[in-house]
Amino acid sequence: MRAFTYERASSVEAAAKAAASNRDAKFIAGGTNLLDLMKLEIETPTHLIDVNGLGLDRIEKTPEGGLRIGALVRNTDLAAHDAIRKDYSLLTRALVAGASGQLRNKATTAGNLLQRTRCPYFYDPNQPCNKRRPGSGCSAIGGITRQLAVVGTSKDCLATHPSDMAVAMRVLDAVVETVRSDGSSRSIPIAEFYRLPADTPHIETELEAGEFITAVVLPAPIGGKHIYRKVRDRASYAFALVSIGAVIQEDGAGRVAVGGVAHKPWRMEAADMELANGAHAVSAALMADARPTEQNRFKIDLVRRTLGAVLNQARS
Amino acid sequence: MQFDKPATTNPIDQMKVVGRPIHRIDGELKTTGRAMYAYEWHDPQMPYVYGYPVGAAIAKGHVTAIDTSAAQTSPGVLGIVTTLDVGDLTKGKLNTAKLFGGSEVQHYHQAIAVVVAETFEQARAAASLLKIDYVAEPGVFDLKQAMINAVKPDEASEPDTAIGDFDNAFKNAAVTVDETYTTPDQSHSMMEPHASIAAWDGEDLTVWTSSQMIDWWRTDLAITLGIDKQKVHLMSPFIGGGFGGKLFLRADAVLAAFAAKSVGRPVKVALPRPMIPNNTTHRPATIQRIRIGAGQDGKISAIGHESWSGDLPGGGPETAVMQTRLLYAGSNRMTAMRLATLDLPEGNAMRAPGEAPGLMALEIAIDEMAEKLGMDPIEFRILNDTQVDPENPERPFSYRDLSGCLKLGAERFGWAERGRPATRQQDGWLIGMGVAAAFRNNLVMPSGARVRLGPDGIVTVETDMTDIGTGSYTIIAQTAAEMMGVGIDKVAVQLGDSRFPVSAGSGGQFGANSATSGVYAACVKLREAVAAKLGFNSVDVIFEEGGVRSGNRFVSLAEAAGPDGVVGEDTMEWGDLTNTHQQSTFGGHFVEVAVDIATGETRIRRMLAVCAAGRILNPITARSQVIGAMTMGAGGALSEELAVDTRLGFFVNHDLASYEVPVHADIPHQEVIFMDELDPYSSPMKAKGIGELGLCGVSAAIANAIYNATGVRLRHYPMTLDKLIGYLPEVA
Ligand SMILES: Cc1cc2nc3c(=O)[nH]c(=O)nc-3n(C[C@H](O)[C@H](O)[C@H](O)COP(=O)(O)OP(=O)(O)OC[C@H]3O[C@@H](n4cnc5c(N)ncnc54)[C@H](O)[C@@H]3O)c2cc1C
Ligand code: SF4
Repeated sequence: MRAFTYERASSVEAAAKAAASNRDAKFIAGGTNLLDLMKLEIETPTHLIDVNGLGLDRIEKTPEGGLRIGALVRNTDLAAHDAIRKDYSLLTRALVAGASGQLRNKATTAGNLLQRTRCPYFYDPNQPCNKRRPGSGCSAIGGITRQLAVVGTSKDCLATHPSDMAVAMRVLDAVVETVRSDGSSRSIPIAEFYRLPADTPHIETELEAGEFITAVVLPAPIGGKHIYRKVRDRASYAFALVSIGAVIQEDGAGRVAVGGVAHKPWRMEAADMELANGAHAVSAALMADARPTEQNRFKIDLVRRTLGAVLNQARS
Repeated sequence: MQFDKPATTNPIDQMKVVGRPIHRIDGELKTTGRAMYAYEWHDPQMPYVYGYPVGAAIAKGHVTAIDTSAAQTSPGVLGIVTTLDVGDLTKGKLNTAKLFGGSEVQHYHQAIAVVVAETFEQARAAASLLKIDYVAEPGVFDLKQAMINAVKPDEASEPDTAIGDFDNAFKNAAVTVDETYTTPDQSHSMMEPHASIAAWDGEDLTVWTSSQMIDWWRTDLAITLGIDKQKVHLMSPFIGGGFGGKLFLRADAVLAAFAAKSVGRPVKVALPRPMIPNNTTHRPATIQRIRIGAGQDGKISAIGHESWSGDLPGGGPETAVMQTRLLYAGSNRMTAMRLATLDLPEGNAMRAPGEAPGLMALEIAIDEMAEKLGMDPIEFRILNDTQVDPENPERPFSYRDLSGCLKLGAERFGWAERGRPATRQQDGWLIGMGVAAAFRNNLVMPSGARVRLGPDGIVTVETDMTDIGTGSYTIIAQTAAEMMGVGIDKVAVQLGDSRFPVSAGSGGQFGANSATSGVYAACVKLREAVAAKLGFNSVDVIFEEGGVRSGNRFVSLAEAAGPDGVVGEDTMEWGDLTNTHQQSTFGGHFVEVAVDIATGETRIRRMLAVCAAGRILNPITARSQVIGAMTMGAGGALSEELAVDTRLGFFVNHDLASYEVPVHADIPHQEVIFMDELDPYSSPMKAKGIGELGLCGVSAAIANAIYNATGVRLRHYPMTLDKLIGYLPEVA
């Protein structure tokens, strides 16, 4: 870990300004991902801006009938919130499927969205990795790829986005609210928030340097049956090999997003339209452009099969 | 004391303290954080500083230059010792790969430098500023490819055995199985990382460390440093797990010693978790071919087991065929081990080396054979049980009740409920049961102890035996209490210090039986000394109720001790009872699994182990050994695998986020039953090892349960869902 300076931001504006004045600064929320990465010098900020004291830890109703979730709401609190459990139980289910109780107590909504990949080569600073050191090459290609992405990959990176919560947010069409370093604010629909790796795998989201997430907004509830199914090698405390977030209405229509298969939560509105035709049709649409490796080809099957189980559950 | 005749009645048979379910006497220290682990030693008078280790970034080649200039000027840095500075060192006798010194890199993350600074953070920050130049060389990292070049290892490991005419018998057998199984490289993943503190006082070196074997470490540390063994004082009173990963001297101790010398202050060094899997040792992967032939009656006529594993030059094979020489009858037999040279980190002992991976394969093959014969797998095992060494029928087992374990287990587990493969289904889960035999040899090692009787009547045991979380403190206290006729509250136990008599140490499940036997021997000496001091005839003295009784005379131990106390010291040595009689431990593992019909995820529902291991010295500590081992077997069956990057030559998933050991949610109800037995051939304790038996066979029982649940026979560990889903029925 490199030495760094540290400040507690007093306001959102001050935080954004501080970030603007130092390109090597980073916000720190729960620190559950950032600190691990700093210890391995995968992240090397020279300055940390602690945003825990900004009062962004509330969940409020929006005039549109949805909910505005403060960026610093802890994963545990979000999962346990009455309105979330009642109207957005997919989110609760996804959250509690992730990490551990201790981690969720610290982890925040914004931090969870921005957690970085678990590609094992990304975690080994001795190895080339385009995401960690742009242009150095991708060690995973031709190596150990069982956990890695099967769709939306590029010749430069096969990493997945590991968040469970983000899969639920994608199904729920959440909107990320931010303040930029010049003080202006904007709203980014989750569908446009994450990028595919292409030839710049180190750029993971649409956020600009120093841009600060203030909240994540959920649109008005859409009803339906909320299901989150996470598939993994051990029963808890493991990242998804594949996960399915789904909201299925009584008539069989609905929305589906897949985790563990791409550089972002993988949802295609065209695939949602196939729901009436069953799991095979939906997964065929979702995985149409998949380019798996020998080691992770099973994920294609696994998506179809898990989706089948999810749809069975929705019907039952 | 020499143990060369089967034990007769002795004070241990009273079982007033030994055999009782006594909670571990060091439990309070541990739960209140007062048990000091190596890195935690902290004497406010000592000016400790921190060393951060640096591992090689290549798998094979040479370090050509290390530029330390940026690190030297980093805040707080006191000194840097590089592998080039110290030059070639003499390797410890028991190390295959060198731990430090010289330019050669033999494996990934081999230690090449230690950076010392006032704080841990400063040392870590400076460590990344080293600029290291390498010349990399190509290496061999893929066992499957290296297999063809594998050679017959050292004759001492008995690489080839042959009895009768295997080939012919197998060819002519009515029913045969001929399959190949693989087990992956596994990491010990003990809770406490390897850690050491070294402090020099002139030529004398004191090291607080985390070691299973005090004397092995002391010897090899002295050799590596090129100093007299007598100058090394090693202490390891508490150890947060080892599983074999701390049997042999490790780099943290060597680096701490060099670092402390170079900065003239005591230095703490811990291996960072991501460095452990590649820097230290691991259980090597195996490829195993098993052939079994039997008649229609189910009697085995031919049994053959071949195993391939790899290691660095100078290393040894994973002895995965060993149990096959002893477990089942059959007059035509062969085993063979072949060793390939691999440039991966050093392969070496991990809990139940040999038997653990060997039974992972053998006990699936046995299940397959029973299936082919249309026999119940328990019945098949019982039919082929033996009371003699099948290679040498003149040589009996000292005590063997494998069939008893299997029968009792079947009854308790509800084995009769097991159906045909793929016939039980419940809420989207396929349910199945599996069984496997457990088998692990009972090893004994010389073990010494010193027992002092103080003027306060307190009995203090001193031995360099270690407690790696197993309960050594407690069973040693029980032994001394039984021998001296006092309650356990009157016994103090001091372990893990090289100033104490050399013991068996902890490994190979030889620790408990050997070390308590050493304490027994020392107590016999102490009893004689006490009797002599009191002028009692040592033949008819009785030690009980805190005193010594002879006829109608009774003297309290405190009084007997007198102001100077009395000391007894001895070492238990072993005669040839292990040669005349095969000593082994036995058991049966029963598992019920559920396999998600859609995803192929396997979740364990119930586990039962029935163990036969002689006298159980303490059912609480013995049980925790067995349930811990069953947990390790669950990991081995379902998730644990060091993923080898065969291009770059290292274990890629080198942290606990990616090397998945079981978590609580993976482990269901576990039941353990101990057979009520004594083995007078094993020791005066009539006990045998238990710490590894609990692991032997578990993974195969899980594999067999998966087969029973799904009808899909998996032969390659770990049995992850990707290997299964292609064969499961469609869900929608
Ligand atoms: C052992 C382990 C297991 C885990 N398992 C899972 C799992 O199964 N599923 C899962 O989904 N997750 C898992 N996680 C990841 C966990 O969910 C994340 O670490 C956590 O959500 C990150 O939140 P945080 O608040 O601690 O983020 P931090 O570590 O504080 O920050 C993460 C990133 O977000 C940035 N950031 C934080 N807040 C803001 C903001 N308001 N605006 C802009 N940028 C910001 C930081 O600069 C940093 O780059 C696991 C983590 C660990 C350590
Ligand atoms: S897959 Fe992406 S994260 Fe992994 S090594 Fe390649 S570039 Fe790095």
